[in-house]
Amino acid sequence: MARAAIPGRLTWQPATVAATRAETATARTLVLAVDGWTGHVPGQHVDIRLTASDGYTTHRSYSISSAPGPDRLEVTVQVVTDGEVSPYLVGVAEPGDQFEIRGPLGGWFVRRPADPRPALLIGGGSGVAPLMSMVRAATNPTRLLYSARSPSDALFSADLATAEAAGDGRVAVTRVYTRAAPPGWSGPPRRLDADALAGVAWPREADAVAFVCGPTGFVETVADLLIDLGHDPMNIRTERFGPTGG
Amino acid sequence: MAVITRGFGGRRRDDADLPPGQYRTDDFPVLSAGPTPRIGLDKWELAVVTETGERSTWSWAEFTALPADEPTVDIHCVTHWSKFGTNWRGVSVDTLLADVETAAEYVVAHSYGGYTTNIPLEDLLDGQAWVAYEFDGEPLVPVHGGPARLLVPHLYFWKSAKWLRALELRLDDEPGFWETAGYHNYGDPWREQRYLAD
Repeated sequence: MARAAIPGRLTWQPATVAATRAETATARTLVLAVDGWTGHVPGQHVDIRLTASDGYTTHRSYSISSAPGPDRLEVTVQVVTDGEVSPYLVGVAEPGDQFEIRGPLGGWFVRRPADPRPALLIGGGSGVAPLMSMVRAATNPTRLLYSARSPSDALFSADLATAEAAGDGRVAVTRVYTRAAPPGWSGPPRRLDADALAGVAWPREADAVAFVCGPTGFVETVADLLIDLGHDPMNIRTERFGPTGG
Repeated sequence: MAVITRGFGGRRRDDADLPPGQYRTDDFPVLSAGPTPRIGLDKWELAVVTETGERSTWSWAEFTALPADEPTVDIHCVTHWSKFGTNWRGVSVDTLLADVETAAEYVVAHSYGGYTTNIPLEDLLDGQAWVAYEFDGEPLVPVHGGPARLLVPHLYFWKSAKWLRALELRLDDEPGFWETAGYHNYGDPWREQRYLAD
Protein backbone atom coordinates (compact mmCIF):
# COMPACT_ATOMS: atom_id res chain seq x y z
CA MET A 1 0.00 0.00 0.00
CA ALA A 2 1.35 3.43 -0.90
CA ARG A 3 1.69 5.69 2.06
CA ALA A 4 3.36 8.94 2.89
CA ALA A 5 4.58 10.20 6.19
CA ILE A 6 3.60 13.57 7.56
CA PRO A 7 6.78 15.20 8.74
CA GLY A 8 7.22 17.49 11.69
CA ARG A 9 5.42 18.17 14.91
CA LEU A 10 1.82 19.25 14.71
CA THR A 11 1.08 22.14 16.99
CA TRP A 12 -2.20 23.75 17.95
CA GLN A 13 -2.87 26.95 16.03
CA PRO A 14 -5.53 29.60 16.61
CA ALA A 15 -8.30 29.55 14.01
CA THR A 16 -10.74 32.42 13.54
CA VAL A 17 -14.19 31.91 12.10
CA ALA A 18 -14.14 34.11 9.00
CA ALA A 19 -17.61 33.24 7.70
CA THR A 20 -20.31 30.61 8.00
CA ARG A 21 -22.63 29.13 5.36
CA ALA A 22 -25.74 27.15 6.10
CA GLU A 23 -25.69 23.92 4.05
CA THR A 24 -28.94 22.46 5.37
CA ALA A 25 -31.15 23.06 8.40
CA THR A 26 -28.74 21.00 10.50
CA ALA A 27 -25.35 21.43 8.86
CA ARG A 28 -23.11 24.30 8.08
CA THR A 29 -19.73 25.15 6.68
CA LEU A 30 -17.30 27.24 8.71
CA VAL A 31 -14.64 29.19 6.87
CA LEU A 32 -11.60 29.28 9.16
CA ALA A 33 -8.75 31.77 8.86
CA VAL A 34 -5.46 30.31 10.10
CA ASP A 35 -2.22 32.29 9.86
CA GLY A 36 0.46 30.31 8.10
CA TRP A 37 -1.85 27.48 7.01
CA THR A 38 -0.16 25.96 3.99
CA GLY A 39 -2.99 23.86 2.63
CA HIS A 40 -3.88 20.18 2.80
CA VAL A 41 -4.34 17.09 0.68
CA PRO A 42 -8.00 16.49 -0.21
CA GLY A 43 -9.45 13.95 2.22
CA GLN A 44 -7.47 15.10 5.25
CA HIS A 45 -9.03 16.29 8.50
CA VAL A 46 -8.23 18.62 11.37
CA ASP A 47 -8.61 18.23 15.10
CA ILE A 48 -10.57 21.08 16.67
CA ARG A 49 -10.08 22.04 20.32
CA LEU A 50 -12.66 24.16 22.11
CA THR A 51 -11.81 25.74 25.45
CA ALA A 52 -14.47 27.09 27.83
CA SER A 53 -13.81 30.15 29.99
CA ASP A 54 -12.94 27.96 33.00
CA GLY A 55 -10.29 26.07 31.04
CA TYR A 56 -12.37 22.98 30.24
CA THR A 57 -11.41 21.68 26.80
CA THR A 58 -12.74 19.10 24.40
CA HIS A 59 -11.62 17.86 20.98
CA ARG A 60 -13.17 16.46 17.84
CA SER A 61 -11.96 15.61 14.34
CA TYR A 62 -13.60 17.15 11.26
CA SER A 63 -12.92 16.65 7.58
CA ILE A 64 -11.81 19.57 5.46
CA SER A 65 -14.36 20.25 2.71
CA SER A 66 -12.61 23.08 0.84
CA ALA A 67 -10.07 22.88 -1.96
CA PRO A 68 -6.47 23.14 -0.70
CA GLY A 69 -5.21 26.67 -0.30
CA PRO A 70 -3.19 28.94 1.98
CA ASP A 71 -4.38 30.79 5.09
CA ARG A 72 -7.89 29.36 5.21
CA LEU A 73 -9.82 26.17 5.14
CA GLU A 74 -13.42 25.06 5.48
CA VAL A 75 -14.96 22.38 7.62
CA THR A 76 -18.54 21.22 7.18
CA VAL A 77 -20.28 20.02 10.30
CA GLN A 78 -23.51 18.09 10.74
CA VAL A 79 -25.22 18.44 14.11
CA VAL A 80 -25.06 15.25 16.13
CA THR A 81 -28.02 14.85 18.48
CA ASP A 82 -26.71 15.13 22.04
CA GLY A 83 -23.31 16.16 20.66
CA GLU A 84 -21.05 18.47 22.60
CA VAL A 85 -19.05 20.17 19.86
CA SER A 86 -21.20 19.98 16.72
CA PRO A 87 -24.10 22.02 18.24
CA TYR A 88 -21.61 24.79 19.07
CA LEU A 89 -20.03 24.75 15.60
CA VAL A 90 -23.36 24.65 13.76
CA GLY A 91 -25.49 26.81 16.04
CA VAL A 92 -23.31 29.13 18.09
CA ALA A 93 -20.01 30.02 16.41
CA GLU A 94 -20.02 33.40 14.65
CA PRO A 95 -17.50 35.23 12.51
CA GLY A 96 -14.72 36.49 14.77
CA ASP A 97 -14.95 33.60 17.24
CA GLN A 98 -11.79 31.65 17.88
CA PHE A 99 -10.75 28.13 18.76
CA GLU A 100 -7.73 25.99 18.00
CA ILE A 101 -6.98 23.49 15.28
CA ARG A 102 -4.25 20.98 14.61
CA GLY A 103 -3.53 19.52 11.23
CA PRO A 104 -3.87 18.71 8.43
CA LEU A 105 -4.08 15.09 9.53
CA GLY A 106 -4.37 11.72 7.87
CA GLY A 107 -2.21 10.21 5.17
CA TRP A 108 -4.42 7.42 3.85
CA PHE A 109 -7.91 8.65 3.00
CA VAL A 110 -6.41 11.24 0.64
CA ARG A 111 -6.42 11.85 -3.06
CA ARG A 112 -3.09 13.25 -4.11
CA PRO A 113 -3.10 15.53 -7.17
CA ALA A 114 -0.27 13.46 -8.70
CA ASP A 115 -2.34 10.26 -8.59
CA PRO A 116 -3.40 9.75 -12.22
CA ARG A 117 -6.00 7.08 -11.52
CA PRO A 118 -9.66 7.89 -12.00
CA ALA A 119 -11.58 8.08 -8.75
CA LEU A 120 -14.98 6.94 -7.62
CA LEU A 121 -16.13 8.91 -4.60
CA ILE A 122 -19.10 7.58 -2.69
CA GLY A 123 -20.55 9.62 0.13
CA GLY A 124 -23.42 9.00 2.50
CA GLY A 125 -24.96 11.95 4.34
CA SER A 126 -22.34 14.26 5.84
CA GLY A 127 -19.70 11.75 4.71
CA VAL A 128 -19.57 13.75 1.51
CA ALA A 129 -17.51 16.47 3.26
CA PRO A 130 -13.98 15.15 2.57
CA LEU A 131 -15.13 14.03 -0.89
CA MET A 132 -16.20 17.62 -1.62
CA SER A 133 -12.58 18.66 -1.14
CA MET A 134 -11.54 15.97 -3.64
CA VAL A 135 -14.18 17.13 -6.12
CA ARG A 136 -13.13 20.77 -5.81
CA ALA A 137 -9.48 19.88 -6.39
CA ALA A 138 -10.03 17.22 -9.06
CA THR A 139 -7.41 17.23 -11.79
CA ASN A 140 -8.24 13.70 -12.98
CA PRO A 141 -11.50 11.96 -13.89
CA THR A 142 -13.73 11.90 -10.84
CA ARG A 143 -17.18 10.44 -10.31
CA LEU A 144 -19.12 11.24 -7.18
CA LEU A 145 -22.09 9.17 -6.05
CA TYR A 146 -23.85 10.99 -3.26
CA SER A 147 -26.55 9.38 -1.15
CA ALA A 148 -28.69 11.71 0.96
CA ARG A 149 -32.01 11.24 2.67
CA SER A 150 -33.74 13.97 0.70
CA PRO A 151 -32.89 17.10 -1.29
CA SER A 152 -33.22 19.20 1.87
CA ASP A 153 -30.66 16.98 3.65
CA ALA A 154 -28.15 17.12 0.79
CA LEU A 155 -24.98 19.12 1.38
CA PHE A 156 -23.16 21.24 -1.22
CA SER A 157 -25.97 21.16 -3.81
CA ALA A 158 -24.93 24.39 -5.53
CA ASP A 159 -21.20 23.77 -5.09
CA LEU A 160 -21.46 20.33 -6.68
CA ALA A 161 -23.31 21.75 -9.67
CA THR A 162 -20.62 24.41 -10.00
CA ALA A 163 -17.80 21.88 -9.76
CA GLU A 164 -19.46 19.68 -12.35
CA ALA A 165 -19.89 22.60 -14.75
CA ALA A 166 -16.35 23.88 -14.20
CA GLY A 167 -14.74 20.46 -14.43
CA ASP A 168 -14.60 20.25 -18.23
CA GLY A 169 -16.19 16.83 -18.04
CA ARG A 170 -13.70 15.59 -15.44
CA VAL A 171 -16.29 15.65 -12.68
CA ALA A 172 -19.59 13.76 -12.82
CA VAL A 173 -22.08 13.75 -9.96
CA THR A 174 -24.83 11.16 -9.46
CA ARG A 175 -27.35 11.49 -6.66
CA VAL A 176 -29.38 8.93 -4.77
CA TYR A 177 -32.16 9.88 -2.36
CA THR A 178 -33.10 7.33 0.26
CA ARG A 179 -36.25 8.83 1.83
CA ALA A 180 -37.68 11.56 -0.38
CA ALA A 181 -36.79 12.38 -3.96
CA PRO A 182 -37.30 15.79 -5.57
CA PRO A 183 -40.28 16.43 -7.88
CA GLY A 184 -39.72 14.99 -11.32
CA TRP A 185 -37.13 12.51 -10.08
CA SER A 186 -37.07 9.27 -12.04
CA GLY A 187 -38.12 6.41 -9.81
CA PRO A 188 -38.81 6.15 -6.09
CA PRO A 189 -36.38 6.94 -3.27
CA ARG A 190 -34.09 3.99 -2.67
CA ARG A 191 -31.03 2.89 -0.81
CA LEU A 192 -27.77 2.81 -2.66
CA ASP A 193 -27.73 -0.64 -4.26
CA ALA A 194 -25.71 -2.75 -6.66
CA ASP A 195 -27.48 -1.31 -9.72
CA ALA A 196 -26.76 2.27 -8.71
CA LEU A 197 -23.13 1.43 -8.08
CA ALA A 198 -22.74 -0.53 -11.30
CA GLY A 199 -24.06 2.52 -13.13
CA VAL A 200 -21.19 4.73 -11.95
CA ALA A 201 -18.35 2.27 -11.30
CA TRP A 202 -15.30 2.53 -13.52
CA PRO A 203 -14.50 -0.53 -15.64
CA ARG A 204 -12.05 -2.88 -13.99
CA GLU A 205 -9.26 -2.01 -16.43
CA ALA A 206 -9.45 1.65 -15.44
CA ASP A 207 -7.59 0.78 -12.19
CA ALA A 208 -9.75 3.26 -10.34
CA VAL A 209 -9.43 4.09 -6.67
CA ALA A 210 -12.58 4.32 -4.57
CA PHE A 211 -13.11 6.57 -1.56
CA VAL A 212 -16.12 5.70 0.57
CA CYS A 213 -17.21 7.89 3.47
CA GLY A 214 -20.31 7.89 5.59
CA PRO A 215 -21.95 6.15 8.54
CA THR A 216 -20.59 2.70 9.32
CA GLY A 217 -23.53 0.76 7.87
CA PHE A 218 -23.34 2.74 4.65
CA VAL A 219 -19.60 2.22 4.27
CA GLU A 220 -19.88 -1.49 5.00
CA THR A 221 -22.62 -1.93 2.41
CA VAL A 222 -20.88 0.08 -0.29
CA ALA A 223 -17.45 -1.49 0.23
CA ASP A 224 -18.97 -4.98 0.02
CA LEU A 225 -20.88 -4.08 -3.15
CA LEU A 226 -17.73 -2.66 -4.75
CA ILE A 227 -15.87 -5.89 -4.04
CA ASP A 228 -18.79 -7.86 -5.53
CA LEU A 229 -18.45 -5.69 -8.64
CA GLY A 230 -14.82 -6.79 -8.96
CA HIS A 231 -13.16 -3.77 -7.38
CA ASP A 232 -9.76 -4.57 -5.83
CA PRO A 233 -10.16 -4.29 -2.01
CA MET A 234 -6.71 -2.69 -1.85
CA ASN A 235 -8.06 0.20 -3.94
CA ILE A 236 -11.00 0.92 -1.66
CA ARG A 237 -10.31 3.49 1.03
CA THR A 238 -12.86 4.10 3.71
CA GLU A 239 -13.67 6.66 6.35
CA ARG A 240 -16.56 6.01 8.71
CA PHE A 241 -18.32 8.65 10.72
CA GLY A 242 -21.60 10.14 11.72
CA PRO A 243 -23.65 9.66 14.86
CA THR A 244 -22.40 6.10 15.31
CA GLY A 245 -18.96 6.52 13.83
CA GLY A 246 -16.61 8.57 16.00
CA MET B 1 -1.98 30.40 26.37
CA ALA B 2 -5.14 28.63 25.34
CA VAL B 3 -7.64 30.35 23.10
CA ILE B 4 -10.93 30.74 24.97
CA THR B 5 -13.87 30.01 22.69
CA ARG B 6 -16.75 32.44 23.18
CA GLY B 7 -20.08 30.77 23.61
CA PHE B 8 -18.68 27.32 24.31
CA GLY B 9 -19.69 25.91 27.66
CA GLY B 10 -19.08 22.23 27.20
CA ARG B 11 -20.47 19.36 29.17
CA ARG B 12 -18.20 18.43 31.97
CA ARG B 13 -18.20 14.91 33.22
CA ASP B 14 -16.19 13.84 36.16
CA ASP B 15 -14.21 11.22 34.33
CA ALA B 16 -10.90 10.75 36.09
CA ASP B 17 -10.31 7.69 33.93
CA LEU B 18 -10.36 9.75 30.74
CA PRO B 19 -6.95 10.32 29.10
CA PRO B 20 -6.14 13.86 27.92
CA GLY B 21 -8.05 15.03 24.84
CA GLN B 22 -10.57 12.17 25.01
CA TYR B 23 -14.33 12.31 25.42
CA ARG B 24 -16.54 9.52 26.64
CA THR B 25 -18.94 7.73 24.31
CA ASP B 26 -21.37 4.92 24.95
CA ASP B 27 -21.51 4.01 21.25
CA PHE B 28 -18.96 1.73 19.69
CA PRO B 29 -17.68 3.73 16.74
CA VAL B 30 -15.82 2.04 13.91
CA LEU B 31 -12.65 3.22 12.24
CA SER B 32 -10.90 1.28 9.51
CA ALA B 33 -8.93 2.15 6.43
CA GLY B 34 -10.65 -0.13 3.96
CA PRO B 35 -13.36 -2.73 3.42
CA THR B 36 -14.17 -5.23 6.14
CA PRO B 37 -12.62 -8.59 5.23
CA ARG B 38 -14.99 -11.57 5.55
CA ILE B 39 -13.09 -14.60 6.79
CA GLY B 40 -14.78 -17.97 7.00
CA LEU B 41 -13.99 -19.84 10.21
CA ASP B 42 -13.04 -22.94 8.20
CA LYS B 43 -10.32 -20.90 6.45
CA TRP B 44 -9.29 -18.87 9.47
CA GLU B 45 -5.90 -19.44 11.01
CA LEU B 46 -3.85 -17.57 13.58
CA ALA B 47 -0.07 -17.72 13.37
CA VAL B 48 2.80 -16.68 15.61
CA VAL B 49 6.02 -16.38 13.62
CA THR B 50 9.37 -15.90 15.33
CA GLU B 51 12.43 -14.02 14.09
CA THR B 52 13.93 -17.34 12.98
CA GLY B 53 10.83 -18.22 10.94
CA GLU B 54 9.39 -20.76 13.42
CA ARG B 55 5.64 -20.84 12.92
CA SER B 56 2.98 -21.83 15.43
CA THR B 57 -0.56 -21.93 14.07
CA TRP B 58 -4.04 -22.46 15.44
CA SER B 59 -7.19 -23.35 13.57
CA TRP B 60 -10.41 -21.78 14.84
CA ALA B 61 -11.25 -24.93 16.82
CA GLU B 62 -7.76 -25.09 18.33
CA PHE B 63 -7.73 -21.38 19.12
CA THR B 64 -11.11 -21.30 20.85
CA ALA B 65 -10.17 -24.39 22.87
CA LEU B 66 -7.30 -22.48 24.51
CA PRO B 67 -7.83 -21.13 28.03
CA ALA B 68 -9.61 -17.79 27.72
CA ASP B 69 -9.91 -14.65 29.86
CA GLU B 70 -12.84 -12.27 30.13
CA PRO B 71 -11.25 -8.86 30.51
CA THR B 72 -13.31 -5.72 31.16
CA VAL B 73 -11.29 -2.75 29.94
CA ASP B 74 -11.50 0.90 28.86
CA ILE B 75 -10.57 1.57 25.24
CA HIS B 76 -9.28 4.82 23.75
CA CYS B 77 -9.42 5.73 20.05
CA VAL B 78 -7.05 8.29 18.55
CA THR B 79 -10.10 10.04 17.06
CA HIS B 80 -10.79 11.23 20.64
CA TRP B 81 -13.47 8.84 21.87
CA SER B 82 -13.07 6.53 24.82
CA LYS B 83 -15.41 3.76 25.81
CA PHE B 84 -15.43 2.52 29.38
CA GLY B 85 -15.97 -0.96 30.71
CA THR B 86 -15.97 -2.98 27.50
CA ASN B 87 -16.38 -6.74 27.99
CA TRP B 88 -14.37 -9.20 25.93
CA ARG B 89 -13.47 -12.86 25.82
CA GLY B 90 -10.12 -13.82 24.38
CA VAL B 91 -6.87 -15.69 24.67
CA SER B 92 -4.05 -13.92 26.46
CA VAL B 93 -1.01 -13.28 24.28
CA ASP B 94 0.97 -14.87 27.15
CA THR B 95 -0.84 -18.13 26.39
CA LEU B 96 -0.09 -17.92 22.67
CA LEU B 97 3.60 -17.28 23.34
CA ALA B 98 4.01 -19.76 26.21
CA ASP B 99 5.89 -22.34 24.14
CA VAL B 100 7.55 -19.91 21.73
CA GLU B 101 11.28 -19.31 21.97
CA THR B 102 12.24 -15.83 20.93
CA ALA B 103 14.71 -13.03 21.52
CA ALA B 104 12.40 -10.56 19.82
CA GLU B 105 11.62 -7.15 21.31
CA TYR B 106 9.01 -6.09 18.77
CA VAL B 107 5.87 -7.46 17.21
CA VAL B 108 4.10 -6.64 13.98
CA ALA B 109 0.44 -7.64 14.03
CA HIS B 110 -0.81 -8.65 10.57
CA SER B 111 -4.47 -8.58 9.63
CA TYR B 112 -6.57 -10.27 6.99
CA GLY B 113 -6.94 -7.47 4.46
CA GLY B 114 -3.35 -6.27 4.73
CA TYR B 115 -3.39 -3.96 7.76
CA THR B 116 -0.34 -3.98 10.03
CA THR B 117 0.58 -2.36 13.33
CA ASN B 118 3.74 -2.53 15.45
CA ILE B 119 3.93 -2.95 19.22
CA PRO B 120 6.84 -3.62 21.59
CA LEU B 121 6.63 -7.26 22.72
CA GLU B 122 6.67 -6.28 26.41
CA ASP B 123 3.40 -4.39 25.84
CA LEU B 124 1.70 -7.63 24.83
CA LEU B 125 2.87 -9.70 27.79
CA ASP B 126 1.98 -10.06 31.49
CA GLY B 127 -1.77 -9.95 31.04
CA GLN B 128 -1.82 -6.71 29.03
CA ALA B 129 -3.10 -8.04 25.70
CA TRP B 130 -5.45 -10.62 24.25
CA VAL B 131 -6.62 -12.04 20.97
CA ALA B 132 -10.33 -11.42 21.50
CA TYR B 133 -13.20 -13.25 19.81
CA GLU B 134 -16.26 -12.24 21.83
CA PHE B 135 -17.64 -8.83 22.73
CA ASP B 136 -20.40 -8.47 25.34
CA GLY B 137 -20.92 -12.23 25.32
CA GLU B 138 -21.49 -12.47 21.57
CA PRO B 139 -19.16 -13.56 18.77
CA LEU B 140 -17.12 -10.55 17.63
CA VAL B 141 -18.79 -9.14 14.51
CA PRO B 142 -16.66 -8.49 11.39
CA VAL B 143 -17.04 -4.71 11.55
CA HIS B 144 -15.38 -4.71 14.97
CA GLY B 145 -12.63 -7.09 13.90
CA GLY B 146 -14.19 -10.55 14.02
CA PRO B 147 -13.56 -13.42 13.95
CA ALA B 148 -10.70 -12.31 16.22
CA ARG B 149 -8.81 -9.11 16.92
CA LEU B 150 -5.90 -8.04 19.01
CA LEU B 151 -6.90 -6.21 22.20
CA VAL B 152 -4.24 -3.93 23.72
CA PRO B 153 -6.33 -1.56 25.80
CA HIS B 154 -3.48 0.50 27.26
CA LEU B 155 -2.52 1.83 23.80
CA TYR B 156 -4.66 3.80 21.32
CA PHE B 157 -7.09 1.42 19.73
CA TRP B 158 -5.51 1.33 16.25
CA LYS B 159 -2.87 -0.89 17.89
CA SER B 160 -5.63 -3.44 18.60
CA ALA B 161 -5.52 -4.82 15.06
CA LYS B 162 -8.82 -6.13 13.72
CA TRP B 163 -9.11 -9.39 11.75
CA LEU B 164 -5.87 -10.65 13.23
CA ARG B 165 -4.01 -13.19 11.12
CA ALA B 166 -0.48 -13.31 12.58
CA LEU B 167 1.83 -11.95 15.22
CA GLU B 168 5.30 -11.55 13.74
CA LEU B 169 8.09 -11.44 16.34
CA ARG B 170 11.01 -9.25 15.29
CA LEU B 171 14.38 -8.12 16.58
CA ASP B 172 13.84 -4.67 15.06
CA ASP B 173 10.88 -2.29 15.09
CA GLU B 174 8.97 -2.10 11.81
CA PRO B 175 6.35 0.70 11.70
CA GLY B 176 2.92 -0.45 10.55
CA PHE B 177 0.12 1.04 8.50
CA TRP B 178 -0.90 4.11 10.50
CA GLU B 179 2.57 4.43 12.00
CA THR B 180 3.94 5.19 8.53
CA ALA B 181 0.97 7.46 7.73
CA GLY B 182 1.72 10.15 10.29
CA TYR B 183 0.56 8.52 13.51
CA HIS B 184 2.67 7.92 16.61
CA ASN B 185 4.89 4.87 16.74
CA TYR B 186 3.91 3.87 20.29
CA GLY B 187 0.50 5.46 20.92
CA ASP B 188 0.11 5.91 24.70
CA PRO B 189 -3.23 7.67 25.31
CA TRP B 190 -2.12 8.93 28.75
CA ARG B 191 0.80 10.78 27.15
CA GLU B 192 -1.44 11.76 24.22
CA GLN B 193 0.86 10.22 21.62
CA ARG B 194 -1.48 10.63 18.66
CA TYR B 195 0.70 11.80 15.84
CA LEU B 196 4.32 11.54 14.81
CA ALA B 197 6.50 13.60 17.19
CA ASP B 198 3.75 14.03 19.81
